[in-house]
Amino acid sequence: MFINFFFELKQAGVPVSLTEYLTLMEAMKRGLADFSVDEFYYLSRSCLVKDERNLDRFDRVFGHVFKALDKPALGDGEGGPTAEIPEEWLRKLAERFLTEEEQAQVQSLGGWDKLMETLAQRIAEQRERHQGGSKWIGTAGTSPFGAYGYNPEGVRIGQDRSRYRSAVKVWDKREFKNLDDTVELGTRNIKVALRRLRKFARTGAQSQLDLDGTIKATAENAGWLNLKMVPERHNAVKVLLFFDIGGSMDDHVKLCEELFSAVRGEFKHLEHFYFHNCPYEAVWKDNRRRREQQIPTWDVIHTYPHDYKLIFVGDAAMSPYEIVEPGGSVEHWNQEAGQVWLNRLLTAFPRSVWLNPSPEAYWERTVSTRILKRLMGDRMYPLTLAGLDGAMRGLS
Amino acid sequence: MRFTGADDYVATDDLLVAVNAAVTLERPLLIKGEPGTGKTVLAHAIATALNKPLIAWHVKSTTKAQQGLYEYDAVSRLRDSQLGDAKVQDVGNYIVKGKLWEAFDAPEPPVLLIDEIDKADIEFPNDLLLELDRMEFHVYETRQTVKAARRPIVVITSNNEKELPDAFLRRCFFHYIRFPDRETMARIIDAHYPGLKGELVNAALTLFYDLREVPGLKKKPSTSELLDWLKLLMVEDIDPATLRAKDARAVIPPLCGALLKNEQDVHLLERLAFLARRDGR
Repeated sequence: MFINFFFELKQAGVPVSLTEYLTLMEAMKRGLADFSVDEFYYLSRSCLVKDERNLDRFDRVFGHVFKALDKPALGDGEGGPTAEIPEEWLRKLAERFLTEEEQAQVQSLGGWDKLMETLAQRIAEQRERHQGGSKWIGTAGTSPFGAYGYNPEGVRIGQDRSRYRSAVKVWDKREFKNLDDTVELGTRNIKVALRRLRKFARTGAQSQLDLDGTIKATAENAGWLNLKMVPERHNAVKVLLFFDIGGSMDDHVKLCEELFSAVRGEFKHLEHFYFHNCPYEAVWKDNRRRREQQIPTWDVIHTYPHDYKLIFVGDAAMSPYEIVEPGGSVEHWNQEAGQVWLNRLLTAFPRSVWLNPSPEAYWERTVSTRILKRLMGDRMYPLTLAGLDGAMRGLS
Repeated sequence: MRFTGADDYVATDDLLVAVNAAVTLERPLLIKGEPGTGKTVLAHAIATALNKPLIAWHVKSTTKAQQGLYEYDAVSRLRDSQLGDAKVQDVGNYIVKGKLWEAFDAPEPPVLLIDEIDKADIEFPNDLLLELDRMEFHVYETRQTVKAARRPIVVITSNNEKELPDAFLRRCFFHYIRFPDRETMARIIDAHYPGLKGELVNAALTLFYDLREVPGLKKKPSTSELLDWLKLLMVEDIDPATLRAKDARAVIPPLCGALLKNEQDVHLLERLAFLARRDGR
């Protein structure tokens, strides 16, 4: 009965699966939503949303689907309801809102069917009014139901049961709005790909039991225990990361940020530097102070041991002169050509790759990309999961 | 069995629904939220409210999923064999139960708290999928299957340091603890320090929410910090009027060490105070 809601969520990009939908159904069956709209909202949110980034999207869909209720739910057929209120729900709702006398009275006046029909309309209208934020509640006294002496219905839904209002407000407020996409996204996949580069080494204090060593030593000791300890394993991979920043790279900022946060989490020995288009005689670590705090590339080459692995991230799209000619840089006068510096870096750190966020299909059409790819010895990979995987294989 | 909050834990409606859904349907409940909004305390509150024992498993970066199930203490067995201990014949003597096993074994279903699951290795949640789903696991050494007679209430907290795998999320109920609004916060304070002067609370809350609005703070103060700060204010017997002073000089709240946890934030505030003073001149 909430199938539509489910599909709308899926369409809106909230990752929901059948399991979660069935959980929601089970929860409904067990009466957890308590036949009240805001509890249903909380319950479905808890079942279907698993990440605070999606809460806003969920609220929007929820508001949309259940606002559609006020398109005449049971009246005219046109425009039909997007979400149907299950009959049992209504019956319960009515039972909650009406005293026994009133129920008896209603019974005598038109019976359940008519009541439910009207009730459904009332609920639909009610929601519409509230979202419009107008004064419908106050006019309950003029409701047609008043004549039958069961005004409370109109009033209760509106006033006593002010939870309705609050519920609608809750999802219309969209309190989770600014959480959407502020957190790192999709880094999990990147991290898994980066794991390929792990190289474990044992250094430091001997803190772990070396089982194989102990067995061997004990056997050699004619059965008398001889404990052997080894240092714990650490990921010993060291990485230098060079980011192309600014210009055409602005299109790829999100992807690069994801990569950066993933890399940061994965490697303990990590240094990052920024360059623009092509590395020249200096790089920098802070973009706000790129003019004042430049680090000579020679220093980088001399500071880090040669077992560091070098990763460039850049779209390699520039004028070819920026690579092959002295003075080709768009930002300053460079004494030596970009390719000279690139070659120096590559000689110093032989294990290196270039990750290119622009689609692989375009590479051949850009002269500068072709040149860089040649300079890198073909070790240029697209910044996709598959590409990352390949790059990590290339590095290890 | 319904959770309706506890004396010293104020739960919002949406949190109650999520907790009750997880309790009724016997699924794990994943709790996220800003640090200091009471994620861990929730498990304690559930345990107290439902009168159940609490088993807490605090996850660290070195924690392995297997440690939650059981560990085979090969070293003591080896040592015992050297000493000719008769115990050595039965491998069961050297199986050390983990927190999950404890929870499965308990005579009445406890509340199992898996705290800060995001601290562990990225594969950690995946390694617990089946165990949390079916609430059973197999012990290879003794060839026995441990199964929970009655499923414990599982509460998992995460600080979002790592993303959790989809397959894991699909099996949980999820709740994101929003930062409490003023009204809720007043209730929370009342739950912790009943009878606190309304004036002081009001002044402190205004200052606290203003402080959270300051742009560029590295770590916004949260509920637990507010509670600490209030306690300090009470101990020092600070006059509510000092908190309320709209004087620009008072931009830095008294005893702000309880609210701000790094020197950059304090500097930022000092700078703002300086600017305010200069503009006010």
